[in-house]
Amino acid sequence: MIKTTIVLRGRVVVPGACEGEALVSHEPISGWGGIDPARGVIIEPRHELNGACFTGKVLVFPSAKGSSGWSGFFQSARLLGTAPIGMIIARISTKSALGAVVTRVPAVTDLDADPCEAIATGDRVRIDNGTVEVRRP
Amino acid sequence: MRDGSEGAAAGAAMDLLIRYGEALDAARLCDVRNVAGTMTQPSPVKAALVRQGGWDKAFAVINLDCDDDIEIPAMRVPTCQLQHGFGGDAAGVVPYPAENIALQAQAESFYGRRGVNILATCTPYQVGNIPVRGEHCAWMESSAVIYANSVLGARTNCEGTASAGAASLTGKIPCWGNHLDGNRHGTHLIDVRVPVDGFMEWGMLGYFAGGVAGEEHPVITGDIARPDLAELKHFGAAAATSGGVELYHIPGVTPEAPTPEAAFRGREAPPPVTYGPRERRAVYDTLNSQGTSAGVDFVLLGCPHASVDQVRRVAAELDGRRLSPGTELWLMVPRALKDVADRSGYTGVIERSGGRVLGDSCPAMSRAAPRGTRVFATDSAKQAHYLPAILGIEAWFGTLEDCVHAAVTGRWEGGLP
Repeated sequence: MIKTTIVLRGRVVVPGACEGEALVSHEPISGWGGIDPARGVIIEPRHELNGACFTGKVLVFPSAKGSSGWSGFFQSARLLGTAPIGMIIARISTKSALGAVVTRVPAVTDLDADPCEAIATGDRVRIDNGTVEVRRP
Repeated sequence: MRDGSEGAAAGAAMDLLIRYGEALDAARLCDVRNVAGTMTQPSPVKAALVRQGGWDKAFAVINLDCDDDIEIPAMRVPTCQLQHGFGGDAAGVVPYPAENIALQAQAESFYGRRGVNILATCTPYQVGNIPVRGEHCAWMESSAVIYANSVLGARTNCEGTASAGAASLTGKIPCWGNHLDGNRHGTHLIDVRVPVDGFMEWGMLGYFAGGVAGEEHPVITGDIARPDLAELKHFGAAAATSGGVELYHIPGVTPEAPTPEAAFRGREAPPPVTYGPRERRAVYDTLNSQGTSAGVDFVLLGCPHASVDQVRRVAAELDGRRLSPGTELWLMVPRALKDVADRSGYTGVIERSGGRVLGDSCPAMSRAAPRGTRVFATDSAKQAHYLPAILGIEAWFGTLEDCVHAAVTGRWEGGLP
């Protein structure tokens, strides 16, 4: 039987609370060359989420990859009004930590289960500091 | 410093560093006096902020993540600008907006007055910013970060625009990751079973190493010739592109690994991953899987920015030849080295053949290639990886000689030797 609500616990990256629909990537995400901040869309050609829009969603991903422009591209998304509302990051790095800070959204990492497996795109997710509540509609 | 007692800008910078340090779970900050970041690169967001509140506003928002109206003082520690958009010398050559060239010129003047060294290259270590072993730095640019950590034995994470900006006004950065002794050991062992010698071979091995190690630290042993600066520059850029490698060791070559044992710092080496003829062929085929048309419109050399020796080699290959009428050749260099190339006569040889030597930028960074480009050729694994996606064009990857041949004949005839 599938549990309809699960709770994950992790470490706060950026404090705060938010609630919204999850967009889950199983592959690392690129900033520079990987997203279009003007549209809030993933544009990496061979990426599983190529074409998907993260605006207003909770972005769940394993790690950040690629250029050191990662944080700058997500900051641009914030300034252009296309940013996600929260981030759940399986494995933190300087790129994603700074990226979450300058996107200014609640973010969490080091969870007690792999968030990219525990959460599915379309799930309702609430981040409250280090706690993530997942409801499957 | 966070309370503004050393000025509002330093206060904002410290606030960002503390938020960033907490995001990383770093125990403390460390002192840095070598920052490589980006302030002058034009973008639509930056142009809007400059219109709204001048360059002070642009730096506050983009480089400090601060919404307050603050005045930006001189940099507290030595800071350089990495590669950015094209400059005035590209006008009429590169299809690139004149307003970006003008905006960047304004930025250079603003930041130059505040003590930012406008090196304008992805390879600051080629033009005077060479960190010493063990020096803590705050650098951006993945290909420069991996070179500083691995080849020079300096210590830097892959910083971003805001953390580098904050470091320049405080002389601090979170003491995390590559800054810590205990995090610098090798994690993967690559046993090279096919001779690796020359620029193309080192780039392919780097692309393979990044695929194996991901964000961790490959150690390279086996059938490798002693590499030079340009080969390690290419190797690192490729490993940082296919994976996210920020540090590698080559026993007997790089400073923190006099021996294989030292590379693993007393830990047991993991089982080796073989790089043999089959793996080499697979990397070559991957990098050449993005082209089907033999006609080449554009040849791009100098990623990362070329050394003077690479410029000399391009000039020697092109000497007395003419580019095919439908093909352009751009060679990207740090502007300081273009001066050396000019004096040495290399630029003249390349320009007489129809090629161009350009400073400051690159086609991927500035999203600009010759008008109508459909197929490009390059000797850079990094550029072959990124440019097809960024510009929607086909790519060929090969040796410098393959690329010059394509520029002169308009045809790609490269192959794996």
